[in-house]
Amino acid sequence: MSALATLTRASLSKDLRLEWRSKDAINSMLFFALLVVVIFSFSFDPTAEESRRIAGGLVWVAFLFAAVVALNQTWARELRNQVLDAYRVSPAPANALFLAKALGNFIFVIVLEAFMTPLFIVFYNLRALGAAYQLLIVSALGTWALVVNGTFFAAMSLRTRSREIMLPLLLFPISIPALLATVEGTTAILTGDYSPKFWIVLLAAYNVVFTTACLLLFDKVLNAE
Amino acid sequence: MNQSLHAAADPIIVIHDLVKQFGRFAALRGVSAEFVAGRLYAIVGENGAGKTTLLRSLAGLTQPTRGSISMLGTTDLRSVCRQLGYMAHPSLLYDEMGGMENLRYFARLYEIRDDERCARTISAVGLDPTLIRPVGQYSQGMRQRMSLARALIHDPKVLLLDEPFSNVDARSARQMTHLLTQLRDAGKTIFVVTHQASQLEHAADEFVHMEAGVIVRRTREWMTAEAP
Repeated sequence: MSALATLTRASLSKDLRLEWRSKDAINSMLFFALLVVVIFSFSFDPTAEESRRIAGGLVWVAFLFAAVVALNQTWARELRNQVLDAYRVSPAPANALFLAKALGNFIFVIVLEAFMTPLFIVFYNLRALGAAYQLLIVSALGTWALVVNGTFFAAMSLRTRSREIMLPLLLFPISIPALLATVEGTTAILTGDYSPKFWIVLLAAYNVVFTTACLLLFDKVLNAE
Repeated sequence: MNQSLHAAADPIIVIHDLVKQFGRFAALRGVSAEFVAGRLYAIVGENGAGKTTLLRSLAGLTQPTRGSISMLGTTDLRSVCRQLGYMAHPSLLYDEMGGMENLRYFARLYEIRDDERCARTISAVGLDPTLIRPVGQYSQGMRQRMSLARALIHDPKVLLLDEPFSNVDARSARQMTHLLTQLRDAGKTIFVVTHQASQLEHAADEFVHMEAGVIVRRTREWMTAEAP
């Protein structure tokens, strides 16, 4: 267990360092999400009440599309110079690499959300009528649901010819329950009409199931020819 | 024909009827061979002869369609991966990181947390461990040496090197050959896939000639295809 944690930390710190230097993922996500926010704000002119009802969907669709841009780049560095082969011939567990990539993507998407949420609040005049702190829980669980599957399917589509098309094709259908729960949970908190508890529990259960499945299967994906 | 020239010693690697198909193309067509420890083997042949596929099979990166590989007494290559150093044609390094940074990361994969050892390994291949320039800005020769340092960091018993001399100037190639002979003399078993077999003319213990997915002959002396 400690070897797994050590190797995960080593791979994560390497990924964060490389991202800090290049800012490839963060920049592309930010520009994409910013465009979506601006375009949405021109397309709709909702009242404050309407904003609260639709903002959950708008916010998460923007984050989902922006995250896919970053997820598509997740393994690009490992493919360049075939670095993944150096990992495959080492005794390091495949799960350490997967966890590091998923955690790295989680951090990138959380950073994106931290930048974009104030813009959404300004553009859509948002104010939560429910318990606002619960947005942090929904956001963390929803983001993890997105990145854990995204990281896994990005690895799966590595060896396909049209991997940038393959990722959304694989990821979006399987993310529907998580996306639904995240949007509903966010809407519940913003409108204060109903409790988000059910959606939070659903997201937590989804995360447990899919994180376990990804961890169990990743070794096969990494070593597939 | 495929038997080792060093039949007296115990083989460290035994390959039995190894077949590797990629779709309808057979890259390896029933390779059987034995290799003993502490030797430097040069695997030579034309493009498409199956040299790289054989090396990747030995590294456990390619699963055979049929046949088996036994290394250090086991067919479970994963269990002996700590004894295996692999250098591919691409560098297997992160271009955006420095040499020391790269090596420190790859050392961690082998649970080695010793900066001194990383620095020593970089020095051993003739590079400066204090160089902070990203590997992407290295010359091809420096990158090849760094790649060799990565393969050596965990002090493996078996070294698998794919085209270590490609795009390397003559002087660097000579230095690399000298290093390989030193490693061989230290007891390591080394396999070098190369198109520049003449570089190993005086260093290799055996030349393994491959053609169309099979080992056609094994010789102690380097001889070209035209030689008798």
